[in-house]
Amino acid sequence: MLEIKNLHASIGEKPILRGIELVVPDGQVHAIMGPNGSGKSTLSYVLSGREDFTVTAGSVLLDGADLLAMEPEVRAQAGLFLAFQSPVELPGVGNANFLRTALNAVRRARGDAELDAGQFLKAARAEAKRLHMPDDMLKRNVNVGFSGGEKKRNEVLQMVMLRPTLAILDETDSGLDIDALKIVAEGVNALRSEKFSALVITHHQRLLDYIVPDAVHVLAHGRILRSGGPDLARALEAQGYAQVIAEAA
Amino acid sequence: MPAIAETLSTVTSVADGGYKWGFETDIEMEFAPKGLNTDIVRLISERKGEPAWLLEWRLLAFSAWQEMIEPDWALLNYPAIDYQDSYYYAAPKKKAGPASLEEVDPELLKMYEKLGIPLGERAILAGVEGAGTGRNIAVDAVFDSVSVATTFRSTLAKSGVIFCPISEAVREHPDLVRKYLGSVVPTTDNYFAALNSAVFTDGSFVFIPKGVTCPMELSTYFRINAAESGQFERTLIIADKGAYVSYLEGCTAPMRDENQLHAAVVELVAMDDARIKYSTVQNWYPGDAQGRGGIYNFVTKRGACRGARSKISWTQVETGSAITWKYPSCVLQGDDSVGEFYSVALTNNHQQADTGTKMIHIGKNTKSTIVSKGISAGHSNNTYRGLVRILPKAAGARNHTQCDSLLIGDRCGAHTVPYIESRNPTAKVEHEATTSKIAEDQLFYCRQRGLSEEDAVGLIVNGFCREVLAELPMEFAVEAQKLLAVSLEGSVG
Repeated sequence: MLEIKNLHASIGEKPILRGIELVVPDGQVHAIMGPNGSGKSTLSYVLSGREDFTVTAGSVLLDGADLLAMEPEVRAQAGLFLAFQSPVELPGVGNANFLRTALNAVRRARGDAELDAGQFLKAARAEAKRLHMPDDMLKRNVNVGFSGGEKKRNEVLQMVMLRPTLAILDETDSGLDIDALKIVAEGVNALRSEKFSALVITHHQRLLDYIVPDAVHVLAHGRILRSGGPDLARALEAQGYAQVIAEAA
Repeated sequence: MPAIAETLSTVTSVADGGYKWGFETDIEMEFAPKGLNTDIVRLISERKGEPAWLLEWRLLAFSAWQEMIEPDWALLNYPAIDYQDSYYYAAPKKKAGPASLEEVDPELLKMYEKLGIPLGERAILAGVEGAGTGRNIAVDAVFDSVSVATTFRSTLAKSGVIFCPISEAVREHPDLVRKYLGSVVPTTDNYFAALNSAVFTDGSFVFIPKGVTCPMELSTYFRINAAESGQFERTLIIADKGAYVSYLEGCTAPMRDENQLHAAVVELVAMDDARIKYSTVQNWYPGDAQGRGGIYNFVTKRGACRGARSKISWTQVETGSAITWKYPSCVLQGDDSVGEFYSVALTNNHQQADTGTKMIHIGKNTKSTIVSKGISAGHSNNTYRGLVRILPKAAGARNHTQCDSLLIGDRCGAHTVPYIESRNPTAKVEHEATTSKIAEDQLFYCRQRGLSEEDAVGLIVNGFCREVLAELPMEFAVEAQKLLAVSLEGSVG
């Protein structure tokens, strides 16, 4: 369970998040929508521990533990996964090697046995196949020369392999055609269970047709202005943010 | 850039006890008095039972050295070296001979253990027959100045390969030594080569006869052990027509305060169709976090591709030493001969490295490839200095140079100094260079996947060096990868 209370964060002197209140219970998927510059990506970075941002007030608990006190890698080991809006390229680092190193770091921290090369490759190939990724993507360098769609699928591959308890998907749908979108959504849906929750950050209602959220929140000016069910996403799509934000004010 | 700031704050705190291989071994030493003069040169030659021609050769080198001036063109900054304040001869007191494990100084065995030399190999070093079955590596251990043990001699002898300490080669293969010694690096080649020629005490000698592929990789573990004794290794490798050899050189050194001078010379000769692959992992004590102590490493390494279609390939991973001055080079005399240089040079704290290569194209259609990866962290300075020279007769010569620098933090320096001289219009010379910093978003991406910051840096750095590491023999590659990570320990927060 993720519990965010009165979260304030700024970059330099500039406040971006101004009192976020949000609870995502276990087993639920919540969507966060909002106009550009509303603080959506900042929220994902603050939750995952990017150091460019300073938390000025508030608290975040993940399964009761103080998330903000943890180093980024400890958050990952504790079960938090961020699917990056712009996945980063690592020249010379093989995708399979990277994923196995990460998986074993996480497994070690969680007290699970590490996977040897054979076990890992078997599991990774099976998941890659499910995501309709060609085998050679495991051999290529991490995100180097990947198309936008391949990068997003690679994020989802990492997510399903790392088995997070809380996944944050930061505009994972951007740059995806409808087929790729469905494949990505299937990947997320396959993880859905009582032990898994997700924050899906998106501009478009379209993704939410395939990943049906339990709740939808509208983020603007660094605060959650309105919350509702899946219907809210459709209303936003029809009416635009301005009206919803105006009604909330 | 908070992580980088943290990086910098910890970079300064490394190395205190961070040098994993810093220990001294207590073996009785036999010293010649400090200082350098003709008497010392004569003493070294006499102790080694050398023939008159070699003493003459040394004395000529010594008188040349006295006339020479220490080079100052490298981007290196170090206090003047007092050559009279150092020992030039130190030998472990010899017992009967390393024919069995019991006869080897237990201290020496302990040292090999600390170095992580596998048990089997330690037994091989000690000359235990049959101990090394399954491992095709022969080791010539250079412990300070005298080779203590040479292994696999009999197996090698069957194929006609000579692999022995150079002092022994002087005695047993005088014609070969006399013919080739100094033929690639003349005694008067440069200041440090002249010094080495005058006072070298030991090193390895390899001769691969015509058409023979050396049945195993040859390996030398170098080690500097006596306080304040310089190390002057001399290595000579000859591959006759159609021969092949892969030679591995790896080093670690104990921790101490005094700066130590090391001036080795390595000469390679490849005849028609011969191939020599020379790989180095250099991990000598780099000094502490404040830049105190550490090895001064002034090395002359050069290979002569004498024969047509011959090939010499240098691969080096340089992580140690306070000062590195080293330019493994190829003289491409034979038509269609090939020279390669693959290098990773990593500097941290106050280390300084000025390293690169020289490719001298003399024969027709000669080809050379240079791949250099420099990694700088802390307050270190890392310079690539390379020369590609195409002589008038080298029609159709080709060179490709790739020079990449990676910076960690913002108090280190990366410098690239390529010299290109082409005197043949048909030659093609290409030079590419990049400089990059480990990006904050790369580190964060790795950490978000559960990797510690240090592991993330290790992964990114190994990725950066991949093309070079791929050139190393498998076992060395694994060792080198670990070494890169260890050398950067503490360079991030």
